[in-house]
Amino acid sequence: MLRSILLMLALLGSPALAVEPSEMLDDPMLEARARALSAKLRCLVCQNESIDESNAPLAQDLRRHVRMMLLDGHTDQEILDDVAYRYGEFALMMPRPKGTTWLLYLSVPALLLIGLWLAMTQLRRRAPRQSDPELSASEQQRIDSLTKDVDHPRHRS
Amino acid sequence: MLLWILVLAIYAAALGHFGRAMSARLHGNVLAVLAALQVAFTSYILFSSNPFNRLDRPPFEGMGLNPLLQDPGLAFHPPLLYLGYVGLAVPFSFAVAALIGGGADAAWARHVRPWTLISWMFLTAGIALGSWWAYYELGWGGWWFWDPVENASFMPWLASTALLHSAIVVERRESLKSWTVLLAIIAFSLVLAGTFLVRSGLLTSVHAFASDPSRGVAILAILAVFGGGALIVFAWRARTLAPSGAFSPVSREAALIGNNLLLLVATGVILIGTFWPLLAEVLFDQILTVGPPFFDLAFTPFMILLALLLTPGASLPWKRGTLRRVGRRVRAPAALACLVGVLIALWRGGLTAPVGLALATWLVAGSAAELIGKLRTGAGGWMLTRTRTADWGKGLAHAGLGITIAGIAAITAWEREDIRTARPGDRFEIGGYGFAMASLERREGANFTAITAQFDITRDGQLITQLRPERRFYPVAGTRTTEAAIDMGLLRDLYLVIGDPGEGGAVTVRTYIKPLANWIWAGAMIMALGAALSLIDRRLRIGIASPRRLAT
Repeated sequence: MLRSILLMLALLGSPALAVEPSEMLDDPMLEARARALSAKLRCLVCQNESIDESNAPLAQDLRRHVRMMLLDGHTDQEILDDVAYRYGEFALMMPRPKGTTWLLYLSVPALLLIGLWLAMTQLRRRAPRQSDPELSASEQQRIDSLTKDVDHPRHRS
Repeated sequence: MLLWILVLAIYAAALGHFGRAMSARLHGNVLAVLAALQVAFTSYILFSSNPFNRLDRPPFEGMGLNPLLQDPGLAFHPPLLYLGYVGLAVPFSFAVAALIGGGADAAWARHVRPWTLISWMFLTAGIALGSWWAYYELGWGGWWFWDPVENASFMPWLASTALLHSAIVVERRESLKSWTVLLAIIAFSLVLAGTFLVRSGLLTSVHAFASDPSRGVAILAILAVFGGGALIVFAWRARTLAPSGAFSPVSREAALIGNNLLLLVATGVILIGTFWPLLAEVLFDQILTVGPPFFDLAFTPFMILLALLLTPGASLPWKRGTLRRVGRRVRAPAALACLVGVLIALWRGGLTAPVGLALATWLVAGSAAELIGKLRTGAGGWMLTRTRTADWGKGLAHAGLGITIAGIAAITAWEREDIRTARPGDRFEIGGYGFAMASLERREGANFTAITAQFDITRDGQLITQLRPERRFYPVAGTRTTEAAIDMGLLRDLYLVIGDPGEGGAVTVRTYIKPLANWIWAGAMIMALGAALSLIDRRLRIGIASPRRLAT
């Protein structure tokens, strides 16, 4: 157990030094795009960190690569595709919707629909039946006589 | 893991003591299920990782605790989280006991609710503390990462929030009984699944500690026996929990069903997202990552819907309500929320901040309006006695959610970041604040050496504070850490971090201005406080309702 903690430590390294000033682009628009992109790319040697947060040398290389491509005028999607092509789908924080990954994306609305359906059937089953008999005149009279003394009928909620 | 067993034992003892008001049969069954859990976990710990095994050669200086973990915030985080986690074993035991002994009724729910409230309260506080720790310790001010281990704690939180609300329906209206029982089972199964996730090391995570495949299998077995077993009993006996009580689609019950629906679908989405990499690898031989962008996209809509539903839902009467009356009750909060949203949209633009802050206003104003409505007597006067402590608890918890939402929206939309190299004497300005590095020094700490920078921070030429971010080196563990310096404020946090010194005595300086950052955790703490208030109220009422007292 202690060994794995130490291992984690070693992998965690020093977490603060992600993007270095020397890496940054002069054009603030491009730099903003680079930051947004690197948040979507996984640092492959780290434990579930994006390259934006990581200071592993590989993450730094990847950040430089992203910025080079941006300077060459590539679109965001082209850059994501390129990294996925080089390092596999694993490198994308959000897998591209294609093939079996569609199942992942479709599962969200599917879950919602199943839930809605369940809730609807419940609601319909629990709805007070229309055929519930109305109060008869004598019953109403009895209620009135019972509630007569209560000044402020209070809703218990 | 030792802690887990200790906590479970405490809960069982507390239940043994406080639960005497229950019928003997229910009490016995609940305790039996808890005892079975205790046996399972104790044997797990003895056989797979006996903590009393001695190391062959004791390490010389001790292994040295991970410096990142040497922090009071983190010292409280695991116990609180475990109190919440393990506490969910109690509703689970109640659920199984109800299935075995036949019958979940209002009295049953009355006993389940406080236990759920306790664990929910601890879970809320534990998650908030963990998030806060990440914020100030990890060095760049992130507070939520959608990491598998965070999800493992967040899913039981969502499920127990749902359970908390559906148990109200059982208690007041004796409806949704089988659903509530199922929820209790789901919540605890998620706890077990989360434990499995953390301990098995199946998914890589920044938190994965003490992970070991063989232990994972043992926990999976416990999950299968208890979760699966409970579900089988549920399928077998659920029919004994006959529903009673009709309600219309416009009623508190229906709103709480909506709450449960949204919370559980959100839980399901996180569950799928967390386990998808695993599934994809096993089923389709694909290795991929499901990261924060996915969760942000898939989770946020449900929370928005939930927040929208909350205010009218909370003010609906039981059984049957009319849209018109609800409309009248929520008119003021709705107008206020729209006003806030529009003003912010005009002021700063964007979408996240106006929507988030409007929702926050909606929740806070809605809770306030409801409390005011309860305080006002029919004659136009005011009466404090008309509200119960639980009403305040409810109002506080809901308002707390609003405050958390405000914090999240503001920090997401308006955070400012600046990265640059600086040396002593340099001065720069960000977002109206002036930052001047006064000095950069080396100092010796208790078990580390550090580089400390001192910054004088000014606003409109006035010195407002001095911050000393640090870069530390711990020789025993051989690691470097970053000590961020934070000036916390009600409306914004100033967050400074330095890196290792480079050539010429310059260091990388990261400056963040994080608006409303503290609101995230303050909101969570208010929620926990709300739970505590309801707890006080409920305990009294159970005492009154106990059959034993009536007999004497």
